[in-house]
Amino acid sequence: MRRTGPGISLAAVVCFGQAAAAAEIGDAERGEALFEQCSGCHQVGPDAVNRIGPVLNNVFGRPAASVEGFRYSTAFERAGAKGLEWHIDTLSAFLENPKAIVPRSRMSFRGIADPQERADLIAYLRTFSASPRDIPEADPTAPPTDHDVDPEILAIPGDAEYGAYLSSECTTCHQAEGGDEGIPSIVYWPEEDFVVAMHAYKSKAREHPVMNMIAGRLNDEEIAALAAYFAAPED
Amino acid sequence: MTLDRRTFLGTAAVATLAAPMVRAQGKPKVVVIGGGAGGATAARYIAKDSDGAIDVTLVEPTRKYYTCFFSNLYIGGFRDLASIGHTYGTLASDYGINVVHDWAVGVDRDAMTVTLTGGDTLPYDKLILSPGIDFVDGAVPGWDITAQNAMPHAYKAGSQSELLKAQVEAMPEGGLYAMVAPPNPYRCPPGPYERISMVAHVLKQTNPSAKILIVDPKQSFSKQALFEEGWQKHYGGMVERIGPDFGGANVSVNPDEMTVDIDGAVEKVDVCNVIPAMKAGRIAELAGVTDGNWAPVNASDMSTKADPDVYVLGDASAQGDMPKSGFSANSQAKVCANAVRGALTGSRVFPAKYANTCWSLIDENDGVKVGATYEATPDKIAKVDGFISQTGEDADLRKATYEESVGWYAGITADMFG
Repeated sequence: MRRTGPGISLAAVVCFGQAAAAAEIGDAERGEALFEQCSGCHQVGPDAVNRIGPVLNNVFGRPAASVEGFRYSTAFERAGAKGLEWHIDTLSAFLENPKAIVPRSRMSFRGIADPQERADLIAYLRTFSASPRDIPEADPTAPPTDHDVDPEILAIPGDAEYGAYLSSECTTCHQAEGGDEGIPSIVYWPEEDFVVAMHAYKSKAREHPVMNMIAGRLNDEEIAALAAYFAAPED
Repeated sequence: MTLDRRTFLGTAAVATLAAPMVRAQGKPKVVVIGGGAGGATAARYIAKDSDGAIDVTLVEPTRKYYTCFFSNLYIGGFRDLASIGHTYGTLASDYGINVVHDWAVGVDRDAMTVTLTGGDTLPYDKLILSPGIDFVDGAVPGWDITAQNAMPHAYKAGSQSELLKAQVEAMPEGGLYAMVAPPNPYRCPPGPYERISMVAHVLKQTNPSAKILIVDPKQSFSKQALFEEGWQKHYGGMVERIGPDFGGANVSVNPDEMTVDIDGAVEKVDVCNVIPAMKAGRIAELAGVTDGNWAPVNASDMSTKADPDVYVLGDASAQGDMPKSGFSANSQAKVCANAVRGALTGSRVFPAKYANTCWSLIDENDGVKVGATYEATPDKIAKVDGFISQTGEDADLRKATYEESVGWYAGITADMFG
């Protein structure tokens, strides 16, 4: 499973799948224009050299912090050592909020909120990575669908009223209003993303001791109920 | 005083004989006593989920409630006192809860009324007691509640926390801070040891030659390996603990002389934090639902063994395996709220699910946690699964754990107070 990364940082960003799923396949031309905001630090293309930030050629499939000759922050080196690799999903999540994925890195960039802009930028970067290029549906350009949750589980209709009761266990930590200070927001998620995330915690594919414990005892119907509730929580 | 109260209760019972008829015509009434993690949460969930179909009254003496959780972080300088203080305005204005700032001094379970200090009686259909803890009289010879200014417990947050913090900051150079730790079971199992960490954090900066002595009647304590590793790492040599094998269970204090007698050896101390043995808050005993120090409850809905219409939440309850923590009380409150609402309005009642996590701070950005899930069995609330932070974790993980605890504080207080 390639979507493994630095345990804590990735666990902190629970909306991984959501971020990537929202992005359509990007437009490299629009991405080129967007890259201007990166070019103060990063270079791409045949003559690119490391500057304030590392060269971004061949970034797809590359472990984080692996460009030779570039002095990475400790935070990035740790992320790389723990298995963070650059693919469409990790890049999208990172570009959305760099500090959430690699806290205390030296990269000072506040992030790109718009999923389409991220997709465009990633499509542009994709043109500087090795083949299979120009095959839009091939990994790594396609949005990920590589979770292993059974479609039958995803199809279970959620009992939102039961979910409302079960949600009270979540709101001891995750704020019902959606604040994300230290603990991520879990409200207004698409149901499928919620179900996928909870099953990832249940199976411990995604590691976090509290979430592994909480999700571990929820059955498929209860996860569906929670997803139904949190997709449109009442006031 | 007690006699007067009983006499009064007797007459009150007669006076409210007509009450059930009134009740039958009006909305069902829930009275919640105690506005902490159990009571505030229960009141809010019942009011929120019943959409006005249930009349909810919350009785809490203080207008501003200081959470016990994170009060150690105040002592350590990581939070200011205002940041752990909460008021009940939102519960009243947004949830329609009738918040009464008074002491409940009596419960008449036959008449189904609660008496307040002011003499008012509140009728109830369901009564939820979440009174927290009181101290067992005579638990530490030489200490009683009148000695709490000389030797603070700081185990109910607010002015006691301020006092203890001020005393730590005023310690003479190289002085001695002593803690008399409580026997099991007590509120917040890691609490005394997180407090030691926070006091050490303050002293390391302002008074590094000072010493900390823990006098402990217990062989072992919550997160012991994590705390001991942290104390060695951050505060090497400052903290000493005397367990029961060395007389830690045989302790008395003299608040006038500021001395602690440990198995016959008298120590002069500069600060003495006495955390005595605990029992359920007094109203649980007055309601007649306690057995010994605590109130036994049914695991399925937190109703008491003594009375199906009286529920006890949080620290005051004897429920089984859950630790006495704010998280536990909050978890129990939601199960209870669902059951109470179902009983009064016929709404759906779902099976009980309980969970707890306790975060502790050892030093700046060095957070640890322990947690477990629980289920209702016929006998008790029984532990299902759990986890604990490991020794030797890297600094980033510990920092993330601390940040998570800050997020949890924001989450649970929003869940309690709206």
